[in-house]
Amino acid sequence: MIKLQKVSIKQGDFSIEDVSLHVPAGCYAGLMGKSGCGKTSLLEVIAGLRPICSGTVTLNDQDVTHLKPSSRHLGYVPQDRALFPNMRVGRQLAFSLEVQFMPQAEIDQRIRELSGLLSLDHLLNRYPDGLSGGEAQRVALGRALANRPKILCLDEPLSALDEGLHEELCELLKSIHKELNMTILHVTHSRPEAKRLAEKIWHFKDHQVQPAD
Amino acid sequence: MDWTQLETALSGLQKHLFLQAQSHRPKSDIPFFTGMICLAGFYILMILLMVCADLCYTDFQSLRQTLGEPEIQYSIQLSLFSCSLSTIMSLAVAVPIGYLMSRFEFKGQSLVDAVLDIPIVLPPLVIGISLLVLFNYPPFHWLSDWVVFEIPAVVLAQFMVACAFAVRTMRVTFDQIPRRYEQVALTLGCNRSQAFWRVVFPQSYKGLLAAGTLAWARSLGEFGPILVFAGSTRMRTEVLPTSVYLEMQSGDLKGMLSVSILMIALSAAVLVLARIFGMQRINA
Repeated sequence: MIKLQKVSIKQGDFSIEDVSLHVPAGCYAGLMGKSGCGKTSLLEVIAGLRPICSGTVTLNDQDVTHLKPSSRHLGYVPQDRALFPNMRVGRQLAFSLEVQFMPQAEIDQRIRELSGLLSLDHLLNRYPDGLSGGEAQRVALGRALANRPKILCLDEPLSALDEGLHEELCELLKSIHKELNMTILHVTHSRPEAKRLAEKIWHFKDHQVQPAD
Repeated sequence: MDWTQLETALSGLQKHLFLQAQSHRPKSDIPFFTGMICLAGFYILMILLMVCADLCYTDFQSLRQTLGEPEIQYSIQLSLFSCSLSTIMSLAVAVPIGYLMSRFEFKGQSLVDAVLDIPIVLPPLVIGISLLVLFNYPPFHWLSDWVVFEIPAVVLAQFMVACAFAVRTMRVTFDQIPRRYEQVALTLGCNRSQAFWRVVFPQSYKGLLAAGTLAWARSLGEFGPILVFAGSTRMRTEVLPTSVYLEMQSGDLKGMLSVSILMIALSAAVLVLARIFGMQRINA
């Protein structure tokens, strides 16, 4: 569950005031809006990467407003994927488990599960610059899912992909949602994409989040 | 002339200009590139001619003789040791300063930025004098017997200047690494320290190499602050630039040139090594 209550942020000339949003647990939610309206900022607020001036952020019934990003236990996939250029795919997937000093056997087991789920077996030894757009997106998803988060925030995950890959990743996101029963907040500016994937759609318009018609 | 006539005249002029633009052919790019290449070539040629002049003015025999002298041998050893130590110290300070200045905005940041540039813009002699005066005050004064006019003074004088250049390089390096990587690392369970050491620092190796090379080369060439703060005592605080100065004072032009050529060779070797090492890391 994701709940924002009267959240306000301000950075330089950009500001959002009193934004509220409630995504029920297990829901695949789409958040739409024009470029630059603040969709990414809102995801960053949820992930704890952007400080807020007022309001509260609740994730799975826990008030996380003042918690660090590392304590919020959510998966975050930014628009540019931000795969670490110095790490092979296998280490990207293991990253969140390694920082918790999880035993190596459990890390290996989790990498096997993820590479099976996302068809990454043949890519484990590659660096990010040797991946195609679709492969990089799958790795970014795998890295975000490795620590078994209950919430997944996706920032335009299907933009800049060709039609075939777009279709393939739509199916993948659907199956991930179904299999892992996660709460997913998917930011997009594409109405067809939102309609296809999301159970509920919100519009970010005039600095307010409203349910789509 | 009434409005109608004026409008007709303007429309005619617009048409004329449009037709002229249509028939316009861009001029040749040759003069532009000739000018650029001439100016760039002049500077590159001057650098090469300076090195060639040094090489032509001396001979292998005097080079061998000068470099074999115990004073020069000591000077070479002290230079290699002090430059390496001041480079390590510079990097140890430049990495945190560069990172903090790149990632965080705070009150007085412009002032701190300006302070960091002081060693770059100050005349080298003034840095030496300032260090000398600083060691007259406690707590530095308590250490002055072990530092001033001793080997630590050489290292400290080199460090004070070289570090400023290393800081600039590391700041630019961290500026070029997007913050997004750290942000993702934070959402994956890292604290700030883990995000830095696991994600940011490994990406900064090229900048680290550049900063280290620059700091080492600056340390090797440092003379003014060393002369004032460490003195120019033979077999004690004599580094290669001091040797050049002492050879010049004793009127030994060939000896002076021999040490200069050695300094050119050392600087070139460090640059080449840094590049080879950098390329290996890129290909790895």
